[in-house]
Amino acid sequence: MSNKAKTNNFVVKIANVNGTGSASANGLLMKSIFRMGIPVTGKNFFPSNIQGLPTWYEIRVSKDGYLCRSGKVDFMIAMNAETYESDLADVSPGGFFLYDSTWARKGMMQRDDITVLGIPLSGMCNEAFESARAKVLMKNVAYVGALVALLNIDMGVVETLLNETFGSKPHLMEANMQAIKMGQTFALENFDCPLPLKLEPMDKTAGHVLVDGNTTAGLGAVYAGATVTSWYPITPSTSLIDAFSIFCKQLRVDPDTGKNNYCVIQAEDELAAIGMVLGANWNGARAFTATSGPGVSLMSEFLGLAYYAEIPAVLYDVQRVSPSTGMPTRTQQCDIISAAYASHGDTKHVLLFPADPTDCFHMSQQAFDLAEQLQTPVIVLTDLDIGMNDWMIPEIEWDDSYVPARGKVYDREALRNMDNFYRYLDVDGDAIPWRTLPGVDPKGAYFVRGSGHNKFGGYTEKSDEYKDVIDRLRRKFDTAASMVPAPVIDKATDAKANKQWAIVSIGSCDGAIREARDRLTASGIATLDYMRIRAFPFADDVANFILDYDHVFVVEQNRDAQLRQLLSNELSIDPNRLIPMLSYDGMPVSSDFIVDAVEEHIQQGRAA
Amino acid sequence: MSFIKKPKITHPGLPRNAAGLTLRDYEGAMSTLCAGCGHDSISSAIMQAYFELAIEPHRVAKVSGIGCSSKTPTYFLGGAHGFNSVHGRMPSIATGANAANRELQYIGVSGDGDSLSIGLGQFAHAIRRNVNMMYLIENNGVYGLTKGQFSASADRGSKAKKGEANPYSPIDPVLLAISLGCTFVGRGFSGDKEHLVPLIKSAISHSGFALLDIISPCVTFNDHEGSTKSYAHTRAHMRETVHADYTSVHEEIVSHVEPGEFKKIQMHDGSRVGFKRVDENFDPTDRIGAISYIESHRAKGEVVTGLLYLEESTSEMHHVLGSSETAMSELPYEKLNPGAQNLERIQARWR
Repeated sequence: MSNKAKTNNFVVKIANVNGTGSASANGLLMKSIFRMGIPVTGKNFFPSNIQGLPTWYEIRVSKDGYLCRSGKVDFMIAMNAETYESDLADVSPGGFFLYDSTWARKGMMQRDDITVLGIPLSGMCNEAFESARAKVLMKNVAYVGALVALLNIDMGVVETLLNETFGSKPHLMEANMQAIKMGQTFALENFDCPLPLKLEPMDKTAGHVLVDGNTTAGLGAVYAGATVTSWYPITPSTSLIDAFSIFCKQLRVDPDTGKNNYCVIQAEDELAAIGMVLGANWNGARAFTATSGPGVSLMSEFLGLAYYAEIPAVLYDVQRVSPSTGMPTRTQQCDIISAAYASHGDTKHVLLFPADPTDCFHMSQQAFDLAEQLQTPVIVLTDLDIGMNDWMIPEIEWDDSYVPARGKVYDREALRNMDNFYRYLDVDGDAIPWRTLPGVDPKGAYFVRGSGHNKFGGYTEKSDEYKDVIDRLRRKFDTAASMVPAPVIDKATDAKANKQWAIVSIGSCDGAIREARDRLTASGIATLDYMRIRAFPFADDVANFILDYDHVFVVEQNRDAQLRQLLSNELSIDPNRLIPMLSYDGMPVSSDFIVDAVEEHIQQGRAA
Repeated sequence: MSFIKKPKITHPGLPRNAAGLTLRDYEGAMSTLCAGCGHDSISSAIMQAYFELAIEPHRVAKVSGIGCSSKTPTYFLGGAHGFNSVHGRMPSIATGANAANRELQYIGVSGDGDSLSIGLGQFAHAIRRNVNMMYLIENNGVYGLTKGQFSASADRGSKAKKGEANPYSPIDPVLLAISLGCTFVGRGFSGDKEHLVPLIKSAISHSGFALLDIISPCVTFNDHEGSTKSYAHTRAHMRETVHADYTSVHEEIVSHVEPGEFKKIQMHDGSRVGFKRVDENFDPTDRIGAISYIESHRAKGEVVTGLLYLEESTSEMHHVLGSSETAMSELPYEKLNPGAQNLERIQARWR
């Protein structure tokens, strides 16, 4: 790549030790770039640990606005001696490697296709700062200072950001500025600044924000009118509930009474968490929980009850690497099958697949609306990449005319005007019955049960009565398919578009697919139409799209091609039409991966 | 219950409570339990208690788990919503339901298997949160629906129907609840309805988690000689220590015991619970004393019954959480939607 091409177009990766305050330094770096008007995203690869293990933060600067991992590392900031060797190997040819040269490591730095830069960060900070803690923290701020010079970061922006953070604590402001200046001065005196990887101000971040999907999902639940949440802490979902709690403290304390218009209950385990959510929804509140794969396993029994007894519920599954405990701080899309069919027996659930933090916000309202309209659990399948990484998204817009769709609920007056109420009758022919809430009227009383029941709500062990209800539930799933968000279909506009291949995917693969499609078109390999599925059950458009092509590449982030399984299982599509494209190493899928996989496949096809 | 389903016609002369309802308005569906099952007597005491308190059935929510005891909510208060959940998980349903609507009355019905084995964790945590509900354990020491296995409340040495003795120590829900900080703990016997009704009424009036452990012999699998949860054994070894005497807000207090023997505690709703102490050495407001008293009588093979522990001063779950007085389920969306302007303000921090 030419030097010009690398302006505002590169990846900086910072290798560090967790628990050393690197997160705030990396945040400062990323926000500085964002405030310069340059599109930027950050991905945090952190250990399941509190202090002392390797951690990485990858910042992608993309003038074209690509939000995914490219798969390359142009500049490694190596702050962890323990991982020097692998960090060095990670740098793409022509890239740069900055390390703490307080202790020289000549033997290890043998690569002649990259440039190695040494800055004695520890030495400088040990000399400049008194306390042991400051010596560690400021080392990180000092490398940001070096990058101010090396990457041409606007110093005014850095100062403004530090002021916003430390404005009320002058001694911290002073120490941070001192560390920044130290790093900057050293770089200016010892290297050719800026490097060919450099920043130039743009105006492409106006109207955008930097945020993670757990924050927007938690906020989305507030706007959806959720009042009750119960959860058990589990990475990577905990920050979603934290966000809900924090926003509720800010927005939901009644100004007149000082009391909370929300209820947050930390449960003893995931079984209790989903139990409380069902109890609250049964009783007329919008209630939700958030968990990850292991939690979905534990919640399965209750999810089956909710399906069969037709109780609304919203569950966010922030997926992480499986199986079992897996790698709790790495990302995957591995719960598609377990969520779709959670629980024993003939059970199916409605799933939503957000692609980014914007979707996390809006799909929150959709999830609660669908759960109450369909009277069934809705599982929002997000993942660690969406949930915990910083994404650049357009500002979220809110329409104050939104009215929650609470579905079919008979109120007191309606009950008074009818002879008898029966819970599971298909009154309207859409397979969705009417429900009533406790406390409203004795005529609405019925008994929720997971045991066999007939359409009137009574206990039954009669085959025909049992089948009547379970068959209606199947039909209700057809109704669901017509109500869930339709797929987003992006067809190539030019004549080069082919009918031989297309791409089908879900969720957080979106960014990588968008970049890969542009690259594949630009290089003349293939121009591919693309469908992003947004929900299960699959809308009619899903099958129609797939059947339009000889083959589709099904891109997803798990080993067993779970989306592909679900497509062929639920739509009776010949699996040979569906070519699996699987990235499941725990890293968010990169555009390199997709480009390489598509290219390889097409070349094989041509050779054959 | 082995009765023939009665027609819905009521005699005009039947007594009516303050809500204008007769006892028949508190009935439910016909019981499908075995003839003579202790659980049916408890259901009947529950109906009597709610009738006497004049609580409208539809303002009560009934929740249960799985097992014979958990079937019973169908057999009382037909005008109340019911939720027969999964095994051992009723406490979480009750907690969530209560979180959504604090204005209803909650009755949880469970058994010794449901609460002390599979559901021990949820049972303990509902107590810890002091969820405002009445929680009944219909305790028979045996798994009935799966035909007679020992439960965790079976006494060591108690004999099963086929003769083998239980080798394990029992879990006593009363002692467990007191040690967990439960604010209302009582024990009754299904064969003693006269004492059960005031005990249930007191539990309903309590603000917070009220546990009643009710010994309820299983006539089919645990009512033989050698069982310590049979009718005969319970009658012979039961020791009523504290007789609860419930007085509603509206009633005059008619003290039918000598002053000095009677201790009154004002409940949150203004009603009063009186204790007629049978044993002068026992004070149901003394937590450590209660534990030691129950333990020492247990060592003698005696089952201590009555209102065994009561503390009215602590806060139920919603007080701790600072929840709005209006039920969450009743809050209009206008109070829940922070609006577009707030969203703009929040997003300004994300730049």
